[in-house]
Amino acid sequence: MFEYCADPASLAGFKWLSCYLTTGKHMGLYWAVGTVLLLLTITAPAALLFGFGGAAAARSHFRPLRWFGKGYIAIVRGVPDIAFFLFFVIALDQGFEWIRHQIKCSDWDQPIRQGNDFIVCAAAKLPLSSSPQVFHEIYGFFLAVLTFALVFGAFAANVLYGAMRAVPHAQIETAEAYGMSHRQAFWRIMVPQMWVYALPGLSNLWMVLIKATPLLFLLGVEDIVYWARELGGTKTPQFTDYPHGDWRVWYFLALLVFYLAFTQVSEVVLAKISRRLSHGQATLAGEKQRKGPRGRGKAAA
Amino acid sequence: MKKLILTTAVLALTAGAAMADVVRMGTEGAYPPYNYIDDNGEVAGFERELGDELCARAELTCEWVTNDWDSIIPNLVSGNYDTIIAGMSITDERDEVIDFTQDYYPPTASVYVAASADVDLAGGVISAQTATIQAAYIAESGATLLEFATADETIAAVQNGEVDAVFADYDFLLPVVEASGGALMFVGEEVALGGGVGMGLRESDNELRDKFNAAIDSMKADGSLNALLAKWFGEEAPGY
Repeated sequence: MFEYCADPASLAGFKWLSCYLTTGKHMGLYWAVGTVLLLLTITAPAALLFGFGGAAAARSHFRPLRWFGKGYIAIVRGVPDIAFFLFFVIALDQGFEWIRHQIKCSDWDQPIRQGNDFIVCAAAKLPLSSSPQVFHEIYGFFLAVLTFALVFGAFAANVLYGAMRAVPHAQIETAEAYGMSHRQAFWRIMVPQMWVYALPGLSNLWMVLIKATPLLFLLGVEDIVYWARELGGTKTPQFTDYPHGDWRVWYFLALLVFYLAFTQVSEVVLAKISRRLSHGQATLAGEKQRKGPRGRGKAAA
Repeated sequence: MKKLILTTAVLALTAGAAMADVVRMGTEGAYPPYNYIDDNGEVAGFERELGDELCARAELTCEWVTNDWDSIIPNLVSGNYDTIIAGMSITDERDEVIDFTQDYYPPTASVYVAASADVDLAGGVISAQTATIQAAYIAESGATLLEFATADETIAAVQNGEVDAVFADYDFLLPVVEASGGALMFVGEEVALGGGVGMGLRESDNELRDKFNAAIDSMKADGSLNALLAKWFGEEAPGY
């Protein structure tokens, strides 16, 4: 990176560190931070969408849809995350390739499963094995987003399902008494009011999601924990210009700071959202806002 | 991400052969000198040089991919890459699941490394990397086996006293012992394990295996493989 980095062995102190921290390998770590943040920004809304769909399905009056919603919540919540991440992703990937194989290579005469091997024609590979590595990584990232969204969507669905039931039933009855259809009452009365009940559960999920990002490595995406372990491990002089002992503790300390700072920022933001959502609600917090601080409330009364 | 985009052997273009054939080479990137990630974040080591040379000789375009050791075989058979070139010893158990080329490194010696000379190798706690021939050997030997996902962690376990000794490939441990400045030392006898190191391929990929076998043959014949082995493992390393 810097010109004086040509011979790291002659450097010491801050200069050495500035070279060390800007090696191509460390760029991998910084890049991974971006990957993790990007994953979170895409996954969180996607999981919320899955959750909303699941919750709406679980409340449906149409029976098969209700079974589907409840089944989704029950099964995904019940399966251990790590099993899900190991099994489901490979199955998903093979499923995609199988479908493409059926479409693109109808003249293929060999079995797809040969012993342990899963073999589809070259044109059905996803991504094509001739496409550059970057597409393989994007595809892996996409699989990761989908899997995270599915898993966390199930938990979100359960939270939202509970939140929908927490909205006072009298509200819905009133809405219907005013002539709103079932659908109108759902969208105009229930949905705007349920968020305040859902928020504690959803914020929990968000925190867990932040901490679950190291599962990315199971999906072949190199995340920050992978790089911290790789960079922190003992490096002998033959294989690097920057030999050092076991520095994992420092790297993991940096990760600790990163995660704590991140969750702290989340706490602050979530508290703000909670305040906004409570505004005008018939909940304890909403009531408090309406009356204002205790002293003023008394004076007004 | 560019760190892993390591396209090689562009000369295939001029040769006009095998143009669309991209062979994805799966490695671990955490087992120097066989394979490791260098300061630039790229795959390096003996197998990087060997693989690039084999691909050039077989007129293949190769791309390097890293994968966890633990899941390196499942990802091969499900087609995420086409070869395993990761210091993997040829064993009967593995051969049931995948195919191997001929060996490009003769059967290797495995050794114990400990922090003191008087450890109990027969009954103590020994660390080894998960799913390696060394781990299998320790499990049979009567000592208590402590497995780790990466080879690096097996050494860290010795350094912080979690285990009595680490059991791994001699070539992997040698640079570690040299760099430790006397803190770590070889103990006990060398053990010959495995049937040599070869490239792993899917059992159905016979054509690719033949190509690599031919390339390894030619490297063995003209002595370039011995030169590579000497460069990475020292002059006294076994050759062909």
